Amino acid sequence: MLTRSIRGFFHERHFLEIDTPVRLPAPALEDYIDAEPAGPWYLRTSPELHMKRLLVAGYERIFQIGPCFRQGERGRLHLPEFTMLEWYRAWSDYRGMLSDTMDLLRHLDRTLNGGSGCEFGGGTVDVQSEWQELTVDEAFAEFADGVSAGEAIAEGTFESVLVDRIEPHLGHGRPTILKDYPVAMAALARPKEDDAGRAERWELYIGGLELANAYSELTDATEQRRRFEATAELRRREGRDVYPLDVPFLEALEHGMPPSGGIALGVDRLAMVFAGADRIDDVVAFAP
Amino acid sequence: MFNASDLRKGLKIEIDGEPWIVTEFDFCKPGKGQALYRCRLKHMLNGNGMDRTFRSVDKIDKPDLMQKDMMYSYCDGVNYVFMDPETYEEVLVGSDVIGDQSHFLIEEANCEVLFYREKPVEVTLPTFIEKEIVETEPGARGDTATNVTKPAKLDDGYEIQVPLFVNQGDVVKIDTRTGQYSERVSKA
Repeated sequence: MLTRSIRGFFHERHFLEIDTPVRLPAPALEDYIDAEPAGPWYLRTSPELHMKRLLVAGYERIFQIGPCFRQGERGRLHLPEFTMLEWYRAWSDYRGMLSDTMDLLRHLDRTLNGGSGCEFGGGTVDVQSEWQELTVDEAFAEFADGVSAGEAIAEGTFESVLVDRIEPHLGHGRPTILKDYPVAMAALARPKEDDAGRAERWELYIGGLELANAYSELTDATEQRRRFEATAELRRREGRDVYPLDVPFLEALEHGMPPSGGIALGVDRLAMVFAGADRIDDVVAFAP
Repeated sequence: MFNASDLRKGLKIEIDGEPWIVTEFDFCKPGKGQALYRCRLKHMLNGNGMDRTFRSVDKIDKPDLMQKDMMYSYCDGVNYVFMDPETYEEVLVGSDVIGDQSHFLIEEANCEVLFYREKPVEVTLPTFIEKEIVETEPGARGDTATNVTKPAKLDDGYEIQVPLFVNQGDVVKIDTRTGQYSERVSKA
């Protein structure tokens, strides 16, 4: 029901549904996402790099629902193989993606809940009314007991402050959009025009659960290459596998990608929200 | 040293020189960020509980634990004596370590003894042992609506619940993990 509704939503808006390779030679270089090896290649951690090449090729509205694989990620909210929905709009940005996301969630709420909201995270989350928007800096100021986002990154405590002190407060009663992350936490996003230290990235929270990650996509090929190399250096230093650079992707960026918005949403977690489930195991047929 | 990614329920670790076992474990990873491994821990010697969160870069000490197969010999009144069947070396295990398992010790039973820094801290008995019922009332037939079990005593006076059909002199199998009757092995 859920994926059928999602597909219906995108087909109605004239998005092209596309399948891109699951097994590839160069998974996206990210500081803390590890790819499962598949022979001499790897299983994808996300379809992002191929989806962006399609944007360069002139496909302006694209979406994909499919499996993604991340090594070492297993817990109450994580599966090493999970289902991801990604969609991209050329000539748009992270605000455009927010508008899409609100439309999508409201459509799903009407279709699956009769518009009455989601029973999740200890209460009802009203998806139809106005959503809360909070910047990362505002969230730290309000919940992090005097620690700023920059300080937390320097001390290596950004994740624990986010998980322990901020996330529990997000998305209760209505969805929360946590936005404008420090650039260090947004490798594939464009920096804000008026603040080079912050990126056009937001994350959707419902009932304390992180569901989706959206960007104004980085289109500057030089900057993208520099960020990939910085990540490679970090991974090398910390003794983790360093993946090859995705050269066709970088060449596509050099060719020219229109300013675009993109988003990745965890379908299994979305199912948890609509089913009122506590664990990701409860919404999939088979879990390792 | 363990990596944080090795953490799982049941793993035995050492923090500040103390041995802890992971009793509950939650993996957290805010999107794109470092993984956090949140553990509930139980102290292996004194049973105290503690919560600790590890980050993916953390390294954790391995406790100096060793497991040996040993045979139970006898009780000298204070300690329980176990023997290494290969070296004939004897190890004394205190009653505080044996606890209620003392009722299920059988001469020459093969047990696993866990040593922390070379001192015995835990004994694991064979999963099932057989013991004779030394005293029990005959089961009254027709009484199965309310009572399906009755009390029965082992040789040291320890009492377990058994089905009504078990008689004095029968040998029964006991699950040492739960301390409960499992099945009848032979009749008196």
